[in-house]
Amino acid sequence: MELAAIFISAMLINNFVFYYFLGICPFLGVSKKIDSAFSMGLAVTFVMTLTAVVSWAINYWILIPYGLDYLQIVSFILVIASLVQLVEMFIRKISPPLYQAMGIYLPLITTNCAIMGLAIIAARKEYGLAETVIFGVGAGLGFTLAIVLMAGIREQLELADVPEALKGPGIALIIAGIMALAFMGFSGMIK
Amino acid sequence: MDVLVPILTMAGLGFLFSTGLVLAYKKLRVYEDPKIEKISAALPQANCGACGYSGCRAFAVALVEGKAEPNSCPVGGEDVANQVAEILGVKAGEVIKKLARLHCRGSHEAAKDRGAYLGISTCLAAHLLGGNKQCSFGCLHFGDCARVCPFDAIYMGEEGLPLVIEEKCTACGKCVDACPRNLFELHPVSQEIIVFCRSLDRGAPSRKACKNACIACGICARACPDAIIMENNLAVITDYRKIDPEKIPAIEKCPTGAIGRMEKDNEG
Repeated sequence: MELAAIFISAMLINNFVFYYFLGICPFLGVSKKIDSAFSMGLAVTFVMTLTAVVSWAINYWILIPYGLDYLQIVSFILVIASLVQLVEMFIRKISPPLYQAMGIYLPLITTNCAIMGLAIIAARKEYGLAETVIFGVGAGLGFTLAIVLMAGIREQLELADVPEALKGPGIALIIAGIMALAFMGFSGMIK
Repeated sequence: MDVLVPILTMAGLGFLFSTGLVLAYKKLRVYEDPKIEKISAALPQANCGACGYSGCRAFAVALVEGKAEPNSCPVGGEDVANQVAEILGVKAGEVIKKLARLHCRGSHEAAKDRGAYLGISTCLAAHLLGGNKQCSFGCLHFGDCARVCPFDAIYMGEEGLPLVIEEKCTACGKCVDACPRNLFELHPVSQEIIVFCRSLDRGAPSRKACKNACIACGICARACPDAIIMENNLAVITDYRKIDPEKIPAIEKCPTGAIGRMEKDNEG
């Protein structure tokens, strides 16, 4: 029950995009088409889950026993950077079109604050291994949900009559704000 | 001693991850022909799309796969074709240098205005309203072509017509697409005689609208029937290679100057 609560909380209530406002760069950058938004979401979910596990291991097996908590941020950056490299190589091998579609945003997952935020929040909440994994998956799926919803809206928006000054990022940010308000409706679902 | 522990920890972590990446790289490496990189470097990187591919890199990939010819980059011309051919180890083929030419001589003075146009000052907008000139085929003078040219090879001359700087023009074809009246066309440099009119109106109305219009008198077609024909009240060059240099003076007798040589002093 505890795990389910963490999962729902990471995915909906404390959604990384709409609650913490982390990971806005790919959220706006790759949300023009549902296809690429979905694969971006999956890539982020994958990296988030792996990061959560590896950073948990480093945190509890290396950093805390030696009293090196202050190295958390540096070592998490190391973890994220290597994992993103790995994912990039993997995607390039498996699916070149996907690699092309993600373009610059794939290496940019490295600097995606949502992933860094995930590792730090998980460490701060002192989750165990299982909880950390669930937290990572939930956060990743939450990000996927957010970016796919956004892409769906933006695909429709292509046909809408948007005022000239608001076209592109302007209207996208307004929508992100409205969606964040809508997601506030989830708060209070779990005490 | 306290300093050593974190240093060693970070070094160890770094080493661990880099080893992991090296191993993964060996497994997951994607082989990419090094020629693609080399050819990309040799191409002009204008990404103009004149070759028919979506950019210089896509063109380089097509070249390496043998789907494209080295001489299909009009921007780079002969130099680039030779370099590319050298990298690929094939013959370059002949590159015919082309230039964008304007098919209109309706300057401010020659072409009469239809009325005062106060709308958006682009050719596209003016064209939608039928244009500001009496001639509904000629240049609108708002310079869409000059704005779209990625190489700054077109500027608006004092007479109102866009002028092409031959040295800068790479025949990328952007102006051809931009002109709402299709007045630009790419012609080989060696083509001396060009029809400077696109008016399909009959002789009298074209003459009334523009002093330099083709009035379809047929003098040029009679002078050189092999290469020039009259079509829809307009002289059309069917094959410029068949124009006999000796016949050029006869062609240049055109009463309105709608066909003739490119004036050299007109450019740059």
